[in-house]
Amino acid sequence: MRVELIKRKEQSRKMALLSPLIAIGLTALSAAIIFAISGHNPLLGLYKFFIEPLTQQWSLEATIDKATPLVLIACGLSVCYLSNNWNIGAEGQFIVGALFGSVLPIMFPDFETSATLPLMLVFGAVGGALWALIPAVLKTRFNTNEILTSLMLVYVASLILDYLVRGPWRDPGGYNFPESRLFSDAATLPDIFGGAMSLSTPITFLVAIILAIMLGKTMKGFEIRVMGESPRAGSFAGFSARRLTLFAFALAGALAGLAGTMEVSGALNQLLPTISPGYGFTAIIVAFLGRLNPIGIIVAGFVLALSYIGGEAVQSSLGVSNKIASVIQGLLLFYVLACDTLILYKIRIVSRRASSGEVSHV
Amino acid sequence: MFEAVLLTVITAATPLLIAAIGELVVERSGVLNLGVEGMMIMGAVVGFAAANMTGSGTLGILAAILAGIAMAALFGFLVLILVANQVATGLALTILGIGFSGLIGEAFIGVPGLKLPQLYIPGLSDIPFIGPVLFQQDAIVYISFLLVAIVAYTLFRTRLGLVLRAVGDNHGSAHALGYSVIRIRFLAVLFGGACAGLAGAYLSLAYTPQWVENMTAGRGWIALALVVFSSWLPLRVVVGAYLFGAVNVLNLHAQAVEFDIPSQFLSSLPYLATILVLVLISANRRLTLVNTPACLGKPFVPDR
Amino acid sequence: MKTMLKATVAALALAAAGSAANAADVKACYIYVGPVGDFGWSYQHDQGRLAVEEHFGDKVETAYLESVPEGPDAERAIERFAREGCDIIFTTSFGYMNPTIKVAKKFPDVKFEHATGYKTADNVATYNSKFHQGRYIIGQIAAKQSETGVAGYIASFPIPEVVAGINAFLLGAQSVNPDFKLKVVWANTWFDPGKEADAAKALIDQGVDIISQHTDSTAPLQVAQERGMHGFGQASDMIKFAPEAQYTAIIDEWGPYYIERVQEVLDGTWESKSTWAGLKEGHVVMADYTNLPDDVVAMAKETEEKIKGGWEPFTGPITKQDGTVAAEDGVALDDGAILGMNWYVEGVDDKLPQ
Repeated sequence: MRVELIKRKEQSRKMALLSPLIAIGLTALSAAIIFAISGHNPLLGLYKFFIEPLTQQWSLEATIDKATPLVLIACGLSVCYLSNNWNIGAEGQFIVGALFGSVLPIMFPDFETSATLPLMLVFGAVGGALWALIPAVLKTRFNTNEILTSLMLVYVASLILDYLVRGPWRDPGGYNFPESRLFSDAATLPDIFGGAMSLSTPITFLVAIILAIMLGKTMKGFEIRVMGESPRAGSFAGFSARRLTLFAFALAGALAGLAGTMEVSGALNQLLPTISPGYGFTAIIVAFLGRLNPIGIIVAGFVLALSYIGGEAVQSSLGVSNKIASVIQGLLLFYVLACDTLILYKIRIVSRRASSGEVSHV
Repeated sequence: MFEAVLLTVITAATPLLIAAIGELVVERSGVLNLGVEGMMIMGAVVGFAAANMTGSGTLGILAAILAGIAMAALFGFLVLILVANQVATGLALTILGIGFSGLIGEAFIGVPGLKLPQLYIPGLSDIPFIGPVLFQQDAIVYISFLLVAIVAYTLFRTRLGLVLRAVGDNHGSAHALGYSVIRIRFLAVLFGGACAGLAGAYLSLAYTPQWVENMTAGRGWIALALVVFSSWLPLRVVVGAYLFGAVNVLNLHAQAVEFDIPSQFLSSLPYLATILVLVLISANRRLTLVNTPACLGKPFVPDR
Repeated sequence: MKTMLKATVAALALAAAGSAANAADVKACYIYVGPVGDFGWSYQHDQGRLAVEEHFGDKVETAYLESVPEGPDAERAIERFAREGCDIIFTTSFGYMNPTIKVAKKFPDVKFEHATGYKTADNVATYNSKFHQGRYIIGQIAAKQSETGVAGYIASFPIPEVVAGINAFLLGAQSVNPDFKLKVVWANTWFDPGKEADAAKALIDQGVDIISQHTDSTAPLQVAQERGMHGFGQASDMIKFAPEAQYTAIIDEWGPYYIERVQEVLDGTWESKSTWAGLKEGHVVMADYTNLPDDVVAMAKETEEKIKGGWEPFTGPITKQDGTVAAEDGVALDDGAILGMNWYVEGVDDKLPQ
C-alpha cells in the first residue's frame, strides 16, 4: 500500500470548509480517548473542555480576553508568512513593545493626561516594530536567516525586561521585589461595556478587519501574496522583496508591540519579570490555524483560547493534569495541518498488488 | 582548576552537540525541523523511565533514541507525506512533546535516577590532565564525538552524503536523477529524531540524573541555532557547542570570582554571539552559497 | 447516528448536572506557579493540600491549578476558583499578589491567602515562613564541616528573602568560625536543574567544599554527591537524591498552616492577618541530620531548640558589608528589617546585585 498525493487543479472549496471540522472532530476523539485512559468520563471531559466555557458569561469573556493578544499578534505574523518572511520572534517584539509602552508610566508617573494612553500605545507599536526590524535589516542587508535571528532576539528581549524590572525600573516602594510601580489610572487601558471587555478587544477586531481588506482588496495585499508565492514573478512586476520584508516585519512587530503594551496597561497594570505566557509563540500557531487570513485568525484565536480555558476547567473540576491541555493543543494543530493537505491535494491510496486498478480517492 | 572547568564545559556542550549534529543532517537534506526541543524532552523522559524500570542505562539510551525517532516519524509523515508547513509542524511537535513528556513523567517525579557510569580506559585515563578530560567520560560523550566523525565523513566522503546534499540543494534534479527525495528526507528526519532523543537521554541520565518537567529548558532551540552558527558544517558544530557551553559555564565562574556585570548581560551573550556569527557567515555570500542547503524548508511533491 | 447523538446529549446534560452537586462543607483551592512535579516549592504546597484532604476527609474538598504563569493567566485562574465555589483560595507565588488583591475585591465573601507577599485586605491574608532560621543552623553545620573555610551559595534572585537567607547562613557559620567565607552565584532562576548543576560545579571548582542552595532542584546536591562534597536540601527532604551528601534539609511544611486556616473557615473564625512563622510553629522543619559527627548534630539540635525558644538569628552584633552597624550587641532586628533586607553582612564574597 502506498499513499500518493495528487495536486488538485484548484483549491478545493469543499475541503477548505470541511478540513477544520474534520480536524476538530479528530481532536475531540483523541481527547476523549486521553480522558478515558486517564480514568475520567470522556463525555464529561469533552463537555468541560469544549462546551462549558461557552455557556457562562464570565468564561466566555475570559476566552475572548485570552484570544485578543493572540489574534492581534497572529494578524501581523500572517503578513510576514504570506510574504515568505519567517518571523518567529513575536514573543520578543511583544516584550520590547511592552517596555517602550511602559516608559511613560514608569519613568514619568506624574504625566497623567488624556494623551498618556494613546502615546503609550504609539510607543509600544514603535518599540515592537524597531525590534522586529533588526532581523529584517539583517535579512535584507546580509541575507541572514531571519528564523534564527528573530528567535535569538526573544531571549535577549526577555533578559532586558528581567534586568529592568529587577534593576532600574524596580518599584521604589516595593521592598526590592522584582516588579515595577503600578500604572496610574491615566495609563490604564479602560474596560468597556461595564467591565465586560477590555478596550483591546475592539481595537484588535478593527485591526483584523483592516488587514483583511488590505490583503484582499488592495495592491499591497496583491504584492504580498505574489511575492510570497513567486518572488520571481513579483520582481518582474516591479515589487521589491527588500522593501516588503521590512514592511512585513515592521507591521508584525508593531502589532505585537501594541499587544504587549495593551497587556501590561490593561491586564497587568505593571511590569513583571515575565509578562507573556508565550503569546508570541502561540500566535504562530493561531496564524497557521487561521490559514494566514485575518478572519480565519479570529476564529482560530478563539478556538485556541478556548483550549486554554477548557484546559483549566478540566484541571480544576476533574483534577486532570494540565499537560493534557497542551497535548490536546498539539494534536489539534497536527490534525489541522494534516487535514489542510486535502485542500491542495487529493490523496490516493494505491495498493501494491493492483496499483493500476484498485484506487481509492479521499 | 582549568581541567575542572573543561569537564563542566564538556557536560554542558554534549547535549547541544548531539542534538545539533542530528538537525544538521536533517537540514542538509532540505528539511527544517523546529521540533528539536519536543523530541529532546521526549527522549529525556522515556530514557529516564526505561532506565528506571529496567535498571539499565543502555536500555534507557535505546528507548530514548526510539522515542526521538517516533516523534520524528510523526513530523516526517506530516511534512513529507502530507506536505504540511514545516515551521508550524515543528512548533506543534514541540508543544506536543512538552505536554506528552509531562504526562508520561508524572510517575517519575522525585525518583532518584540512574547515572551513567564514567568509562575508565586503563592507561589512557591515568595520563595527567588529558586523562580525566578526554578519557574518563560517560559513554554518550564518546558517542557524540563518534557521531560528528561519522556525519562529517558520510556527508563529504561517501555517495550517501553526496545524494543527501543533492536532495537538499536541488530536490528537482535529484528526483530527475532517480533518487527518492521523500525517502531520503524521511531517513534524515528520523536520524535527527534519534540524535535529539539521545541528547535528551544525556540530560536525564548523565547531566542531571532525574526527571523534571521542562528539563530541556530551551536547549533544543539552542541546538537549532548552532546548526546555522556552524553554517551546516559538522566540525564547526563542535566548536559552536563547546563555545556555547563555555560561555554559560564561564558566566557562573565570572560571578564566583567577582566580576561586576549584570548577570542578564552575560546570559544574553550567547544569543548575541549567535546573531553576530549568523551575520558574519551570511554576509559572506560565497560561504553561504556553498554550504546552505538551497531547498531548506521547501516542500517537495513529485510530479508525475 | 441519531441515537448516538441523543445519548451524547443526555450524557452531557447528566455530566453538567453532576458537576454542580457539591457535598463538602468547605472547598479549599490552590494555585501553583510551577508543576506539582518540581519536587520543590510547588510540590511542597501540594503536600500541604494533601495534608488538608487527609485531615478533614469528606468535610473539605480541594482543587488546584498548576503551572499558572504570573500575569493575566493568574488573575483568570483565581477568578475561576472564586466562581466555582471555592471558600478559601491559596495563591502560592509572589507574582500572584496584585491579581489576588484584584479578584478579592470582586468576591468579598471568598477568603484569599497569598504566600510571600505584603499586601493584605479584609479578605486577603498573607503567609510565609522564617526559612532564615533554618539557614542559620545549616551555616553553623557548614562552618563545622568545611575544610576549606569557604562555602558556596547558589542563589536565585536578589529579593529580601534570599538575601536574608544568605546573611543568616553566614552569621551561623561565623558563630562557629569568624573567618568563614561565602561565595555566592546568582543562577537567576528558581528552577533549572542543568544550570543549577553547572553553578554547583563552578563553585566546587572555585574551592568550596559545601554547597547551599536557594533554588529548588535536587541537581546541586547530586553534583555534591558525585564530587564527594556536601550540601543541604531545599524545600523538601532530598536525601533520596544524595544519600551521602545531604547533611540536612530545610523543609517547607505548609500542612499545619493550611489545616489551621481551613479549620477557621469551617468554624467561621477566619480573619485576615499576616502569618510569618518558623521552626517553633512547625512551618519550617529540619530534616534528619545525617552524615555528621555526633557533636555537630548536638550543636545543630541545640541551636534548633534555642530558635524554637524564641531566639532570633538576626541578633547583634551584626556588621554590614560596608562596615556600618546593622544591629548592636544583643539587639534583634525587627521583622520589617528582615523582610526588607537589601544588604549583605560582612564576609560575603559578592556584591549584591542592585
